[in-house]
Amino acid sequence: MREAMEFDVVIVGAGPAGLSAACRLMQLANEQGRPLEVCVVEKGSEVGAHILSGAVFESRALEELFPDWRERGAPLHTPVSADEVYLLKDAERALKLPDALLPKSLHNAGNHIVSLGNLVRWLGEQAEALGVQVFPGFAVAEVLHDENGRVKGVVTGDMGVAADGSHKDGFMPGMELHARYTLFAEGCRGHLGKQLVERFGLAGDTDPQHYGLGIKELWDIEPSRHRPGLVIHGAGWPLDKDSGGGFFLYHAENHQVVVGLIVDLNYANPWLSPFDEFQRLKHHPVLKQYLEGGKRVSYGARAIAKGGFNALPEMAFPGGLLLGCDAGTLNVAKIKGSHTAMKSGLLAAETVFAALLEELPDSAWAPRWKAAFEASWLHEELYRSRNFGPALHRLGPLAGGAFNVVEQNVFAGRLPFTLHDREADHARLRPAAECPPIVYPKPDGVLGFDRLGSVFLSNTNHEEDQPCHLRLADPAIPIGRNLPLYAEPAQRYCPAGVYEVLEEEQGGPRLQINAQNCLHCKTCDIKDPAQNIVWTTPEGGGGPNYPNM
Amino acid sequence: MKVLVTVKRVIDYNVKVRVKPDQSDVDLANVKMAMNPFCEIAVEAAVRLKEAGLASEIVAVSVGPAACQEQLRTALALGADRGIQIDSGEAPDPLGVAKLLAAVVAAEKPDLVILGKQSIDGDNNQTGQMLAALLDWPQATFASALALEAGRLRVTREIDGGLQSLELNLPAIVTTDLRLNEPRYASLPNIMKAKKKPLEVKSPVELGVTLKAHTRLLKVEAPAERQGGIKVGSVSELVEKLKSEAKVI
Ligand SMILES: Cc1cc2nc3c(=O)[nH]c(=O)nc-3n(C[C@H](O)[C@H](O)[C@H](O)COP(=O)(O)OP(=O)(O)OC[C@H]3O[C@@H](n4cnc5c(N)ncnc54)[C@H](O)[C@@H]3O)c2cc1C
Ligand code: SF4
Repeated sequence: MREAMEFDVVIVGAGPAGLSAACRLMQLANEQGRPLEVCVVEKGSEVGAHILSGAVFESRALEELFPDWRERGAPLHTPVSADEVYLLKDAERALKLPDALLPKSLHNAGNHIVSLGNLVRWLGEQAEALGVQVFPGFAVAEVLHDENGRVKGVVTGDMGVAADGSHKDGFMPGMELHARYTLFAEGCRGHLGKQLVERFGLAGDTDPQHYGLGIKELWDIEPSRHRPGLVIHGAGWPLDKDSGGGFFLYHAENHQVVVGLIVDLNYANPWLSPFDEFQRLKHHPVLKQYLEGGKRVSYGARAIAKGGFNALPEMAFPGGLLLGCDAGTLNVAKIKGSHTAMKSGLLAAETVFAALLEELPDSAWAPRWKAAFEASWLHEELYRSRNFGPALHRLGPLAGGAFNVVEQNVFAGRLPFTLHDREADHARLRPAAECPPIVYPKPDGVLGFDRLGSVFLSNTNHEEDQPCHLRLADPAIPIGRNLPLYAEPAQRYCPAGVYEVLEEEQGGPRLQINAQNCLHCKTCDIKDPAQNIVWTTPEGGGGPNYPNM
Repeated sequence: MKVLVTVKRVIDYNVKVRVKPDQSDVDLANVKMAMNPFCEIAVEAAVRLKEAGLASEIVAVSVGPAACQEQLRTALALGADRGIQIDSGEAPDPLGVAKLLAAVVAAEKPDLVILGKQSIDGDNNQTGQMLAALLDWPQATFASALALEAGRLRVTREIDGGLQSLELNLPAIVTTDLRLNEPRYASLPNIMKAKKKPLEVKSPVELGVTLKAHTRLLKVEAPAERQGGIKVGSVSELVEKLKSEAKVI
């Protein structure tokens, strides 16, 4: 028998969504003098260890949660000083877009360049000070349902299980965490969120969720090249016209810049490697002018959920809610998801707290949640940007981009029709034989690097002797089907080199999974054409240890 | 029997250490910190003595700024009974730490002090030995096995080329090596209980110790990056390169 602990609210994931919900719940409880037991469970070794974002941060939700965030020392140190947007035409040339041609949603005056990881560390401290139990180093492995199917809590993963399933010396069984409400805030492509959407049919007839893979690096640059607060976005080269995506380069504090590329995961050519696209991108003069002479200090990757309003499932289910990017609250027109994730957490806390006070049954509570969500600025913001992504997907970057400028600037997202994008990302992959192979330049070790050297800088680690957390529903598919048809794309889309096809002397090719290198980006779970790879939680505390990401 | 264990807050062993651009020190800003792995082993050793009914109380001590209370809480979650933080500001050098610990020993009067053999940040490997000298207690360093029989301590030490068995009278100092044990995980209920266990903060002044720096950090440099290898065509080319480029012959 597993042991159990009882809470009023259990929150899965210490990201912006989960921690905002936790803080607001305790604020309300403290204001009303009502005892409340809230815990947040986080799979990273510490709060913030698995957070990777841009990030240009909009402080609206933070302002609502902690109006005195400045006095409390929230790490918002670098106001945006200028916005630049480029269309890269080829490896050398670029077009700088005049301000008038930018969708309003891409203007960033008033926002801050932050390390979301550090902001989340700070939120974690606020939560603990308010009385939340924060448990980093524990992965939530399973959802618990009562006899009526209502979610009644979760189970943390067993610790100390060997690769062969036997129990090691320090074996510690998982713990049941029971709660009246369970909030899932695992971020993009949460592995429990995915199960809940399926079990409760939360997606209904919404569009399938769409994703991008964001790869990011942190650089120390020469002080003379540093322009604190400068925000650069762009699209075009090196991605071809059939592959969507965009890059960012933000000048943060301490003579550091963050640079990254987000590649839409609906690309068709299985030869495409987001990692290598990013490595060659940095050689473009628009980026190189800042990076040259600098030194890379960190590397990481994380998928984003960019389907927006049209792909947003029902967030409420019996016993809890899906929050933030676990549901898909990112605003793709602004490429921002942290303020919306936080707002979803605030709304969740307010409705759940009221439901606890009034002891509402789910039948009465769920409609209240829906009403609160629909009356919020979060709903308004997502509704207005609903056509942005589909326009780019359906009309292409130029016509789609033009549509977005007109829609966002002239009509402010209020046009009376909705564009849809109904094909799932993985289904768009085309057979390798029909697509041109892509030859990437060899990394020069100055601006471009190889995968293993990069993963090294993510500080990722997993206890080696444990069951593989990347499960294959059918172990025969990678070599039997994916390899002949798609040249096994996992070798290229995984930003950590986890999947390798090795030619054995006897018995032909074999798939090797280097699970210790996994960055928890979730791309394999999203893009495998056969939907055969299932990402599950490894032993708690494993995964990247991102500083300042 | 009362056991004192020492725990140090250090950079997590998974983190790739980065030197600050001005080379003044290692960059610790927002970097994951953790309990020194050898200290974890020390805590585990103490907890096993208690579970075996041989120890009655475990006191965990850490020298450092307020942040090291996090590691003391971990020790409490793993089974220590109470914690003492010696608020020394940034970590003093090993002699300073040993003097502070000696003062705690004088107040607490433990029968056994277990320390890690070294911390993975400074790699000094001095504190345990200095503490033994200051207290004039017997010491067994690099312990890979430890047993308590009829009030005497039997310790197996890892030494060059073999193992050495020692028998010590209590009170004694032990420093732990990697193979002494495999530390357990802290469970959620124990982490919650640890938050309520007593944790005192003491200043060096209260302990009557004046800290003096015996060393000064001049500069920190990252090791030179390894150059990729090259292929040579012939023996004579190899000899030539060893002479002219590597300058080793
Ligand atoms: C490259 C990139 C650039 C971005 N740029 C910006 C930007 O400029 N501005 C902006 O506003 N947004 C940006 N975003 C989006 C933003 O980062 C996300 O919208 C935001 O982080 C979502 O917050 P969240 O709380 O929903 O999830 P997350 O931030 O993903 O947090 C989820 C947390 O839950 C934990 N977790 C997950 N599963 C489990 C489990 N089973 N058990 C325990 N713990 C679990 C994770 O470890 C993580 O700590 C960017 C994202 C990327 C990838
Ligand atoms: S194995 Fe999957 S989740 Fe892990 S880094 Fe690779 S693509 Fe991302």
